Amino acid sequence: METVTGGSLAAQIPIVSYLALNETPRLRAHECAQCGAIYLDRRLACARCEARHFRDRDLGSTGTVGSFTIVHRSPARVTLPYVSALVELDGGGIVKANLVGVDPTPESIWLGMRVQLTTFTAGTDDEGTDAVAFAFEPIGDDLA
Amino acid sequence: MSDAVWVLGAAMTRFGRYPEKDVVDLGSETALQALDDADVRMSDINVLAVGNAYEAMGNNAQRIQKQIGQTGIPAYNVVNACATGATAVRTALLAIKAGEADLGLVIGAERMGKMGLLGGSGKAQPGPKTYRATGRFGSVMGVEGVLGTSLMPGVFAQAGMEYAARNDGVGFEQFVKVAEKNHAHSVLNPLAQYRKRFSIEEIKRDEMISFPNTKLMCCPTGDGAAALVLVSERRLKTMDRTQRRRAVKISASVLTTDPWTESGQSQPDINTLTRNAADQAYDVSGVGPGDLDLVELHDCFATAELVHYDNLRLCEPGGAGEFIDSGAPRRGGRTPVNVSGGLLSKGHPIGATGVANLYELTVHLRDEAGDRQIPGARVGLAHVLGLGSVCSVHILERSSV
Repeated sequence: METVTGGSLAAQIPIVSYLALNETPRLRAHECAQCGAIYLDRRLACARCEARHFRDRDLGSTGTVGSFTIVHRSPARVTLPYVSALVELDGGGIVKANLVGVDPTPESIWLGMRVQLTTFTAGTDDEGTDAVAFAFEPIGDDLA
Repeated sequence: MSDAVWVLGAAMTRFGRYPEKDVVDLGSETALQALDDADVRMSDINVLAVGNAYEAMGNNAQRIQKQIGQTGIPAYNVVNACATGATAVRTALLAIKAGEADLGLVIGAERMGKMGLLGGSGKAQPGPKTYRATGRFGSVMGVEGVLGTSLMPGVFAQAGMEYAARNDGVGFEQFVKVAEKNHAHSVLNPLAQYRKRFSIEEIKRDEMISFPNTKLMCCPTGDGAAALVLVSERRLKTMDRTQRRRAVKISASVLTTDPWTESGQSQPDINTLTRNAADQAYDVSGVGPGDLDLVELHDCFATAELVHYDNLRLCEPGGAGEFIDSGAPRRGGRTPVNVSGGLLSKGHPIGATGVANLYELTVHLRDEAGDRQIPGARVGLAHVLGLGSVCSVHILERSSV
């Protein structure tokens, strides 16, 4: 189990294996060594070019909102409404995550909005380990 | 083409709620109606394919045979997400094309009840919990709602919003118009689960599920069945005049899956494989989008229908907003879409859907669709899409042998 303990910080574990919890959290993908296709989960062969070698690659931490929805009804025990977005990362890769730091209204979000990676604690287990998740928040001129 | 396969018989239940029946009752009753419609007997059938998603391990084909005739023929239990019914159609069709059979029976049947949002069971975790990375993404907890949404209303909402991002004149108003149209169409279809017309304002003001889809822009769960009898052209030529006159030609039967795209692993791609399926179907049949008298496409959500106008080449590239604004997909419009009421109103019992949309085309092409008949319909296209992803397109034509 990948847990990180530092100073007075609680032990942490990333919510998914493609989130690397260094001093600066990054999304870390598997990249096809031949064609550069990016994968968040483990693969045997590249789905695009069939090559069988991959290398780890840190993804960009900024990007743009390529699509979004505002979820008002969900069986998951999460705060509603919330914004789900597909973020096109600078330098390649597209990931889905919540958009935070914005009002969950259609007027507050636009396609092409500039966003950056952020992290938050999604839960704590019975041993006191925090699960750290990622989300995206507006940056620069797009900051509300 | 000499090896064409034809629809000889067709039947479906009204979609809705059948708490007193099971999937075997629904499938068997509909199968007998399709056999009667085709004027053949179970003992004439050489191959059986049964599509069902939620009870896929239930040997439904064999259980249905015990109700309608255990003739010992090869039978296939088929599951393929929301393309389950269409895949069952292709299973029987391929057996006929291969020369193993000349009469095939296809059944799509499903009992969903009021199951709510698909894939939406909240996972309570009783007892002590310790985070452990599991699964292909090494997740330590359920990520729905934490890392965005992957439930159906949200996935199809995001697909629609992506289209809106790339094309002018597409937004909430256009998606609402799709739902208004399909609910209006459903009033004429006695087989639709819901037959109620709603105003644009009523649809907008309904409960928001996943923006931009309100509840009236999401298809319901439900129960129902549909069945087809398929026949080889060679066998059809030996049949009587009425059977030949009512038979409808399958001019294209295509199945595709999603090719690699950059966004595909984060959000299932519903576009590329639909475009590929449509292009193959047009190519094989020699039919073009402008020849279509009606289209039954997979409007699981209003946002989905809009993007498929473009994917199926019903409108100019990027022109789906203008297409709905112009009224082109309404009854009486240039290319009527979902005159059955579509999944939004007719319903979507998953295994039945891809068979039922071929039933719908068949009754129109036979001029037997009653109040909802598209006058003089000669060519129709049916489309289904399952997440993961899988797409099927069929083109049916009124023709003669």
